Amino acid sequence: MIGVFHPGTSLVHRAPALLKLGLLTLIVTVVAMAPSPIVLGAASVLVIVLVAVARIPLRLAWSQVVPILWVLAVAVPVQVLFGGWEAAAVMAVRLVLAVALAAVYTLTTPVTATLDAMQALLRPFRRWVDADRVGLALALTIRCVPLLADLVREVLEARRARGAEGSLTALAVPVIVRALRTADHLGEALTARGFDD
Amino acid sequence: MSQIAFDHVSHRFDAETVVDDVSLVLREHRIGIVGANGSGKSTLARMVNGLVLPTAGRVTVDGLDLARHAREVRRRVGFVFTNADNQIVMPTVREDVAFTLRRHKLPATDAAARVDAVLDRFGLTELADRPAHRLSGGQKQLLAIASVLVAEPDIVVADEPTTLLDARNARRIAEHFASLEQQLIVVSHHLELLEGFDRVIVMEAGRVVADDAPRPALDAYRALIA
Ligand SMILES: Nc1ncnc2c1ncn2[C@@H]1O[C@H](COP(=O)(O)OP(=O)(O)OP(=O)(O)O)[C@@H](O)[C@H]1O
Ligand SMILES: [Mg+2]
Repeated sequence: MIGVFHPGTSLVHRAPALLKLGLLTLIVTVVAMAPSPIVLGAASVLVIVLVAVARIPLRLAWSQVVPILWVLAVAVPVQVLFGGWEAAAVMAVRLVLAVALAAVYTLTTPVTATLDAMQALLRPFRRWVDADRVGLALALTIRCVPLLADLVREVLEARRARGAEGSLTALAVPVIVRALRTADHLGEALTARGFDD
Repeated sequence: MSQIAFDHVSHRFDAETVVDDVSLVLREHRIGIVGANGSGKSTLARMVNGLVLPTAGRVTVDGLDLARHAREVRRRVGFVFTNADNQIVMPTVREDVAFTLRRHKLPATDAAARVDAVLDRFGLTELADRPAHRLSGGQKQLLAIASVLVAEPDIVVADEPTTLLDARNARRIAEHFASLEQQLIVVSHHLELLEGFDRVIVMEAGRVVADDAPRPALDAYRALIA
């Protein structure tokens, strides 16, 4: 899941966030553009090396990739049907690689470092974009993932407790209402913490 | 201590008068606010840093009118909410505390030193790199308070900071509040939390119905709800 930082002192951890972000973008682009087996193979080896150097526990690394496997379980058969085996395999490998690379980045980079990198990146454009605000938006987006996950889990439990398991309304309505209320509270708390413009 | 003044303050939501012509001058170190549900305590507390503005009258902190100087006053007033989940923004404990200081533009080493000192004070050093959303309720509330105090406010306002906590965690939070040098305004239904305070204000239907030392004020409140 996004936003889990695995602290460490490896080279991958210590590399500047801006550099990591740049390399991530570059490699994902190359993987997306060049479907040759050599490129995909090299990228796979790179991911394994990075995970090893950063000493990311295998179970943690695996848990980052699992969600995308569910997507593939649906997407691969469709792709086989329309594009054949080869295209399906290339697509699957590319997706897994992109997710794994992004996971290596989030696992080894504190969000604060990403925010600082974003601000450095946006500094030349400060007349047009407020880097602080972009950073804040990014932090809030990351914050919302576990918040929303908790919310859905609580509402699912409450729905089960009331025996309304099948009802989509009994899921959607409380989730939306509570998400909006949470957004309200979060906004208020940000104002109180001095982020009020 | 600062001087927080309510001058004939009222607040209406639509047709409902929630705070009704309240005049108070608060100079004490620790001030408690009690009252039944819906009596206007939260609305009153929120006015101290301009989260709610009065629809009539004036709220000032050391002479600064909240209607015009909310931003300046907010820099000096920290606010602790009931539900820490709504207050925590960053993924890890340390980052959330550090987040408060982003607006202060301190040199990185100064900011880090301040964050470390606050984490240590609230016993959060061991949890510093943990995901904030996976802390227990008591730990989350400690984090929320730490994130407020790292900005070194002059005044701390807390709206039912212990309501969601068990008795043991509530006591720990109370002890931390008791050790604060800052001026403190606490809204609470946990009356024992306010026993060592300097002044307790009792609200009823938007009005101040008692305003005294804790013992007589809390007795008056107990008589009111009996
Ligand atoms: N945003 C709002 N819009 C409309 N009415 C509101 C709003 N906020 C509060 N109220 C109303 O104002 C009244 C006082 O609310 P307030 O939250 O100040 O009470 P309280 O004393 O803090 O109560 P509690 O002990 O339940 O927290 C309530 O009747 C409430 O319904
Ligand atoms: Mg309230």
